Amino acid sequence: MTIPSPASPTGFWAATAMIAAIVLCSTTGEVLTAAAMKSVGDLDEIRARSGLKGAIRAVLTCPLFFAGVGFLALAFFSLLFALNHLNLSLVAPASASLTLVTNAIAGKIFLKENVDSRRWTAAVLVCIGVYLLAH
Amino acid sequence: MAHARLLPRQYMILGLVAVCAPLGDTCLSRGMTRLPAISLLHPATLIAAVFTPWIAVGIALLIGFFASYLTALSWADLTFVLPATAFGNVIVAVLSRFWLHEQISLERWAGIVLITVGVGFVAHGPSLTERPETAVTAQPAAEIAEEQPR
Repeated sequence: MTIPSPASPTGFWAATAMIAAIVLCSTTGEVLTAAAMKSVGDLDEIRARSGLKGAIRAVLTCPLFFAGVGFLALAFFSLLFALNHLNLSLVAPASASLTLVTNAIAGKIFLKENVDSRRWTAAVLVCIGVYLLAH
Repeated sequence: MAHARLLPRQYMILGLVAVCAPLGDTCLSRGMTRLPAISLLHPATLIAAVFTPWIAVGIALLIGFFASYLTALSWADLTFVLPATAFGNVIVAVLSRFWLHEQISLERWAGIVLITVGVGFVAHGPSLTERPETAVTAQPAAEIAEEQPR
């Protein structure tokens, strides 16, 4: 089997598509999970009121949660597929750092979070930091 | 009620998010490398691997991570919680330097500093976006379900 190299034109686009799939699935999963947990409410308070079983029931009766976990599972399998074709030193830092930025954008657009200059700066710093640490 | 500023127990949950994931991954890695090569033709060996001590501890830590992560997302923004998960990379790097005595390059130290500063930036801000009054007072789905007649 030919291993596509990011240096060749076809390899570059194949690698880009694989990393984009991981980032897209991961971001969708994180946003859906976050939306699910916001709709459920503060888990600490639910646990204090209804016990651990009540908290687990509140999470497991939320359809958005399963949609989020489904996308996170897709992201995991996309990662496994990418690792089968590309080097870990390319896939891990690229997907981890890009996901931080796409999550900040998705959080602002879909979750209406207040992503102010402080959070943008943090996202960019952590993104570069993860890249340097994992590269 | 969600708090814009975090309580000590909420910092503890974020700490668990940061610590459990990298420790869980490390345990899984350690457990899997100690096993002989596993073939997909014999999936039963993969199931047996789950019950070896390192992998069992790794799975328990990853379950702890997911539970803490979900709890954190129930009272904090996604863009607040995610840098905390990235801080786990720093913990692993520092542990590998001072516990396993591995060498860390200048590039990696720069990464550690950037992540630490980034997490510090977010941690000093509010954890949750303020919503208009109607959205804040809206009942969570769990409460509505509990109030329904049985």
